[in-house]
Amino acid sequence: MGPQRLPATQDPVAPRDSGPLTITVDGAEVTGQVGQTVAGLLLGAGRVSWRTSRTGRPRGVFCGIGVCFDCLVTINDIPDVRACQRRATEGDVVSTEPPVREASA
Amino acid sequence: MISGVRVFEAAGGVLVVGGGPAGMAAAAAALRHGARVTLLEAGYDLGGQYWRHLADERRGAHEHRLHHGWSTFQRLHEEITGHPRCDVVLGGSVWAIDRHDDAPPVVHVMVGAPDGTDREPRSYTPDRLILATGGQERTLPFPGWDLPGVFTAGAAQALAKGERVAVGQRVLVAGAGPFLLPVVSSLIRTGATVVGVAEASGRRRLARGWLTRPWELASTSSKAGELGGYLKDLVRHRVPYWTGRTVVAAHGTDRVHSVTLADLHPDWTRVEGSERVVEVDAVCVSHGFVPRTELAVAAGCQLDEQGFVITAAGQQTSVPNVYSAGELTGIGGADLALAEGEVAGTTAAGGVPRPSLIGQRKNLQNFAIRLESAHGIRPGWQTWPDPQTMLCRCEDVTVGELRDIAAKTQSRGLRSLKLTTRAGLGVCQGRTCGRNVEDLLSESLLPAGRTSYRPIATPVRLGELAATITPEREDPLP
Ligand SMILES: Cc1cc2nc3c(=O)[nH]c(=O)nc-3n(C[C@H](O)[C@H](O)[C@H](O)COP(=O)(O)OP(=O)(O)OC[C@H]3O[C@@H](n4cnc5c(N)ncnc54)[C@H](O)[C@@H]3O)c2cc1C
Ligand code: FES
Repeated sequence: MGPQRLPATQDPVAPRDSGPLTITVDGAEVTGQVGQTVAGLLLGAGRVSWRTSRTGRPRGVFCGIGVCFDCLVTINDIPDVRACQRRATEGDVVSTEPPVREASA
Repeated sequence: MISGVRVFEAAGGVLVVGGGPAGMAAAAAALRHGARVTLLEAGYDLGGQYWRHLADERRGAHEHRLHHGWSTFQRLHEEITGHPRCDVVLGGSVWAIDRHDDAPPVVHVMVGAPDGTDREPRSYTPDRLILATGGQERTLPFPGWDLPGVFTAGAAQALAKGERVAVGQRVLVAGAGPFLLPVVSSLIRTGATVVGVAEASGRRRLARGWLTRPWELASTSSKAGELGGYLKDLVRHRVPYWTGRTVVAAHGTDRVHSVTLADLHPDWTRVEGSERVVEVDAVCVSHGFVPRTELAVAAGCQLDEQGFVITAAGQQTSVPNVYSAGELTGIGGADLALAEGEVAGTTAAGGVPRPSLIGQRKNLQNFAIRLESAHGIRPGWQTWPDPQTMLCRCEDVTVGELRDIAAKTQSRGLRSLKLTTRAGLGVCQGRTCGRNVEDLLSESLLPAGRTSYRPIATPVRLGELAATITPEREDPLP
């Protein structure tokens, strides 16, 4: 139970096959379709949360249009990217924890 | 002088911010009236929230099945993107506007992937500026509304239309307004089962709002047709439509597994004893919309008491040469956004709008007034949250904390309450909780929309910002 991507063969909209796209999320491979956002890929793979708030409450997509910032991820070492706004590119390395910043001496 | 920024002298030009129905209609109308036009859109595509569609690479053969007025989108898209006097900038996030008393405002943009690090900074100095940045949903807080699996109805819509992802398999849709209906239709077409639609407004109020003076609705018959289509989907798929009922709690630990529904009195307080629990794996909630006014505020545009941008007959704002259209000026749906956009584009380019267009806008504005009277938020919602209910999702500030601190400090100042409670200080900068905070501070001295004053409209990285202010000469510091 949970979110799911509609298989193209059952889709009344009949999307063109844009080909598969694979990213890694915390080291695990997640595959979706070219043209999807990072949030779309994660939800399509059945994940509803990938981050915790200041006090440890789980967060994922809420607004879907870039205003709530609940969906933040780190992409290719760039922190605080809104997963619902950023389209995935092949090989993106997504981390759901912010990168550890070493304190400068 | 700022170097490192390419300054785009859009002299004689009209600059439109926002590529939704309002911005697209504005750009097309300005082009028809001879102007040079620049259209800035933060997203990957034109269409805004209404015509959110699959990426070009995945474009559906039957995309129109998810959209109303898809042919209007295609016509506007062709008119704008193929035009020699039009520059469409996608991935262009306007993050600030500088005001100048006797010169046009300067519009600062970052162009590139959303939240990227190496975007191209640009600044525009247009003769005329049209703001069409749209709106966002307002969600009222209830226990568990921050659990994963609770989405705004718009998020469900965006994921269905733009990704072909259904947010769940057993989905409840709840809130207020006709917008709940297209969400149901999209969910069904994306393979979800909708267990019911809970409309908070009661039967009487709906009847009063929608059935009085029905002749006024005849002139907005395209709207009636659109709603009729959604209702057919409800019937065909046997989706129950409950009125005077809403979701008052979501249950689960890491994700939602059920919700409590309750009947509501006309003022939206709960009818005690009416609660029942329904199993779901997703909830879509929308209690209405609020405008995204950061840029309008930065430009100095006056807002009305509900927080919308005030406009004159030609869509002029209170600031000379700045116009506004669409959800920013009031909530009335895509048709009103299109009409207002066309008026704004026409007047900004020095033309005079056709009387029939002005008439159409008037009818659709009446539709917007009915919308508010039938579905507008009622104060009884303030009894849904318990003291532990999250109010500010970013900083995990509860309703109880805000109330306690406001009572203890007797403070009604937004700044001090923000600093002491942390509500609105998180990453979204109060975009999600702002209006709810305003409401809860009931004897508030705050004018509505006060929480949307944000000098930076969209996030910019400090590195990007620093790169835009490279000094011209490398003088050593004294
Ligand atoms: C998530 C969501 C989904 C919706 N889905 C539907 C639907 O399916 N059916 C329906 O009838 N109504 C829907 N609505 C209501 C819909 O918003 C309006 O009816 C209509 O889209 C309003 O048109 P607009 O042009 O005023 O705004 P919008 O369509 O919201 O367009 C505004 C545009 O401005 C852009 N923008 C905003 N800020 C900036 C900036 N700083 N820099 C650059 N660009 C910026 C945005 O990316 C957006 O594309 C939805 C609303 C939301 C919030
Ligand atoms: S889900 Fe709200 S910003 Fe991405």
